[in-house]
Order: sequence, then C-alpha cells, then structure tokens
Amino acid sequence: MTVLDKRGELAPNGAADTVIDVRGLRMRYGSRDVLTGVDFTVRRGEVITLLGPNGAGKTTTVEILEGFRMRSAGEVGVLGVDPAKGDERWRARIGVVLQSWRDHGRWRVRDLLAHLGSYYAPYSTPERERPHDVDKLLETVRLAEQAEQRLVSLSGGSAAAWTSLSGSWAGPSCCSSTSRPPGSTRWRGGTSTIWCTACPTWRTPPSCSPPTTSPRPSSSPTVSSSWPRGGSSPTGSADQLARQVSGQAEVRWSRGGERFVHATPDATRFVRELFAQYGEEVADLEVRRASLEDTYMAMVHRQERAR
Amino acid sequence: MNPTVHATRLGLARGWTETRHSLTNPQDLGWNLIVVTVFVVVLLFQRNAKVEGSALPLAMLTLPGILGMWVAVAGYTGAAGTLAVEREDGTLLRAKAVPQGMVGYLVGRIVSLSLITLFTLVIIFVAGLLLLPHLATAGGSGWLVLIWVPVLGLLATLPWGAVIGSLVRSPNSAFGLTMLPIIGLTAISGIFYPISALPGWVQGVAQAFPIYWLGLGIRSGLLPDAAAALEISGSWRHLETAGVLGAWAVAGLLTAPAVLRRMARRESGSTMEAHRQQHLQRTP
Repeated sequence: MTVLDKRGELAPNGAADTVIDVRGLRMRYGSRDVLTGVDFTVRRGEVITLLGPNGAGKTTTVEILEGFRMRSAGEVGVLGVDPAKGDERWRARIGVVLQSWRDHGRWRVRDLLAHLGSYYAPYSTPERERPHDVDKLLETVRLAEQAEQRLVSLSGGSAAAWTSLSGSWAGPSCCSSTSRPPGSTRWRGGTSTIWCTACPTWRTPPSCSPPTTSPRPSSSPTVSSSWPRGGSSPTGSADQLARQVSGQAEVRWSRGGERFVHATPDATRFVRELFAQYGEEVADLEVRRASLEDTYMAMVHRQERAR
Repeated sequence: MNPTVHATRLGLARGWTETRHSLTNPQDLGWNLIVVTVFVVVLLFQRNAKVEGSALPLAMLTLPGILGMWVAVAGYTGAAGTLAVEREDGTLLRAKAVPQGMVGYLVGRIVSLSLITLFTLVIIFVAGLLLLPHLATAGGSGWLVLIWVPVLGLLATLPWGAVIGSLVRSPNSAFGLTMLPIIGLTAISGIFYPISALPGWVQGVAQAFPIYWLGLGIRSGLLPDAAAALEISGSWRHLETAGVLGAWAVAGLLTAPAVLRRMARRESGSTMEAHRQQHLQRTP
C-alpha cells in the first residue's frame, strides 16, 4: 500500500501538489513518548521549519521522513511513498543534509561530489537529468575555489557550503535537513528544515542555514512547531506565528534626549497616538514586530508554564 | 543500466580512491613503516637461530607466520575498526542517503582494505627476501599458493571483522575485541614457533581458526617441501587449508550482510550524534 492512493482523502486541497503528508505520527522510545500525533502537509515549493526545544522530536520527525527511523504509529507519505518502505528509486529523489559530519575527510571536494553524484546516474530521465554538472553545483554554492581541497581542511564557511550542497547534488524532489541555529544563545532548541521542490531542475535553497533571528520575507517559510505534549501546537508562517503567540510588537522612540520602549499588541494605533500627543518631539522611532526568535522564546515559555 | 551493477562499479572506483588516499597519507604510511620495522627486527634477531632438528633458520619459519598473521589482523581489526569509525563519523549515513550507496561503500571498503593489506604484505615479503636470500629459491608448493591463501584468508576474516565492527559501540572496543583474540590465537597457531611443540588440545583449538591455516599455507609456499615434516601430520594439507578458510569465508559472507543491514537500519543522525557525545564525555 502506498500513501499515494490515500493522499486525496488525507489532503483534499491540492492533493496533487502534496509532497509530504504526515497524519497522527507517533514515536515512542520504550515508555517515553516523543511524538504524540504530529500532523502536517508540505506542498510543492514550500519550505517548512520545525521548531522546538531539545527533545521535542524535530530530528526524530525528519529522520522518519528520510526513512532512517521507524515510527511507532501514524501515516507518513513522502513523494507518495511510505518512507519505511521506500526503495532505492524513492531514495534517489530525496536529498538529505546531515546534521553534523566528519566523514570523507581525505576526499577532495570535487572527487566526492562527482562520486556521490554518480550513484544517481541510473535514475536520470530526460526531464530530470542526473547527476548535475559538478562544476555548476560548486559554482552555485561558491565552492569552486575549494574544489581541490580535502574536506578535512575546509574552513567554517566552506564547510557550511558543502553541508548545503550535500543534499542537492542529485537534483532531488525533496530535501530535508536538520540543524541547530548558529549564533543565537537564546535558542534552547533547534530547527529542522524541510525543502520541497518538484521542479525538474533542483535549485539550491536560497539559504541553507536555518532562520536565525528572522527569516527573510522572500522565502517566507511556513513555520510549524512540533511539541511533544500540550495539545495543539501553533502552526503558520513566521508572521502568523508571531501574531498568534506573542502578539506584541516593540516600539522604541526618544523624546527630549530620553529613550523609551513600549510593548503593544497594536503598534500602528500606539504610534498614531504617540504622534498626536507629542508630534515633532518624537525622534528615533523604531517599530519591531516580534522576531521568529522572540516568538520561539514565547512559545517555549508558554509550553513550560503549561507543564 | 542496472543500479546495483552500476553501484558495484562505483564501489571499485571508490576502493581505488581510498587506497590512494591511504598510501599517500603520512599517518598511514608511518603506521605501515612501524609495522614493517617491528617485523624486520624480529626477523633480524632470528636470522641465525636454527629450527630444532632442522637446518632451516628460524626466521624462515617466522616470515610466513608474520605474513599470515598480518592477513588476519587486517581482516579482523582493519575491517572492524574502519566500520566502527565510519559509523561514528557519518560515512555510513552518507552512504545510506544515496541510492545503492551501501553497495558502493561495502565494495569500496573490501577493495581498499584488501589492496592496502596486500601492499603491506609485499613490503614485508620484499624485506624478508633481502634478509633471507634462501627464500627466493626455497618455494616448494609454488607461487600460486602465495596468491590464493592470502586472498582466501582475507575473505575468511574481512566479513567477520565487519560483523564485529557492526556490533560494537565504539572504535576502541572494535580494536580491543579483535586484537586480544588475535594475540591469543597467534600465540597458539605456530606463528612464531612450531605448533607441534604445543599440547594436543591447544593444537585442536588453533586449527579451528583461520590464523593457523594462513600461516601454514604461506609456509607451504615459501619453505622447501622437506619442512613439511615439522607440521602437524607432516604435510602441507592444502585441501584442509582451503576447506577451513573456505568454510569461514562462506559462513562470514552469509552472516555479514544481515548483520550489516541491521546495523545500517539503526544508523541515523541522532544515534550518531549520541555516540559522539558519549565519546566526547569519555575523553575530556
């Protein structure tokens, strides 16, 4: 049985475009429940990010989608196939970005890229020719100059470029990645990002690093949260989440050399009133919608209070 | 294009690339140099000692033993260690993520481990030829036996090394679990002195494992036929050698794929990360 047949009833709107479909996904390790009924759908061209504190089950979810881990219960379809039963043909359509790697240290970047890409050659079709041109791929992620370097000698930036590349050398239809956000010290969890594309030619994701403080509106990822307990989990785009969860925007201004900060659910109205009251005296005005990071922190706090 | 055949071909290329990496890596070459030096020193010390009841220099008996033992070391410890390391560093996970990647990985590893072992064997052998000029003229059973015994020996040991590497939790235990039995078996397998000097039941135990037969087979290729008198039952026993090594090879090749599949299924990014964290805790 493939989920393909069932997809229509599972995702009635735009079923043909559905790339990933997860219904009632459960994962239990011994007596510990990690996932208790996760549902989401990813359509062609969407980028979704799973957010959650450590142990929320983000990596587990992604690994189930990759076919690397067996689930305890629920329906999962990736490109119309149950990952637990995915064959090599299915595997050839999935790109996986490893969370951390130290492998193939002695290989040169170009050699390994060409070697790994060659495995996809039998799956080449006129619509989707594979593997991709190695030089073009290296060019895309700006690794051309490091092509002859050994993987072990790659510096941080080049290593990150290699990480992003590793999911896309085959021109996959679906690419998943798990990573921890760099930089921010406030994140106590991580993110797992899933890209879905069904274009004949794969384009490297615009940014292969997870959203740090705020995602660029151009990619406008749908953000979904994965929570182990606590009933309904907020789901939506970064902007929707921010409204739903924190609901607060921050307004900063100065008046007569003194600085002010005010948090409000309705920034527009507040600013209008601010000008009505002080007019020309208001300077250095700054209005900030809650960032993804703020939203995330608010969600974590709420979650912990609920416990 | 059959994907499995295609992946096997990629595996051969992969094996050759990894062999080149190893043979040009200063660390690997240094390790090879140390091994060869140790064995040459042993041979040097034994050059003038004579085997009891024969005119053969003791070193001529030791050299085949060393070669035989090295096949087993490479087969067991080499395969187990490599697999344990590459499970932890993500090589296997990467192989799992590409279609037929595991086929390519396994073929590549068999090729590279065999070629690297062969390289070390040839160096030890050449060093032996320089030290023991009689050797070149001594060959009783001919050179053919010097090819099929090491190759069959690798087939008899590599799959079991891979099985151990799949079952252990860390590269350290892979090393310990294979090296200790090898040292024990080497001691009772007539590698550094004739097995006929040992009690009968110890001889029995030794003959159940590949190391004795590897040593015997290579001795048969390097020593004059008269030296067979020193062996158990006074013969080179080629048939039995092929039988025991072949049985280990068949059993190993039947067991290894299932164990490897089971291990590979369990491998994922988070289990790899968990092992790594454990490892970091052990080594502050």
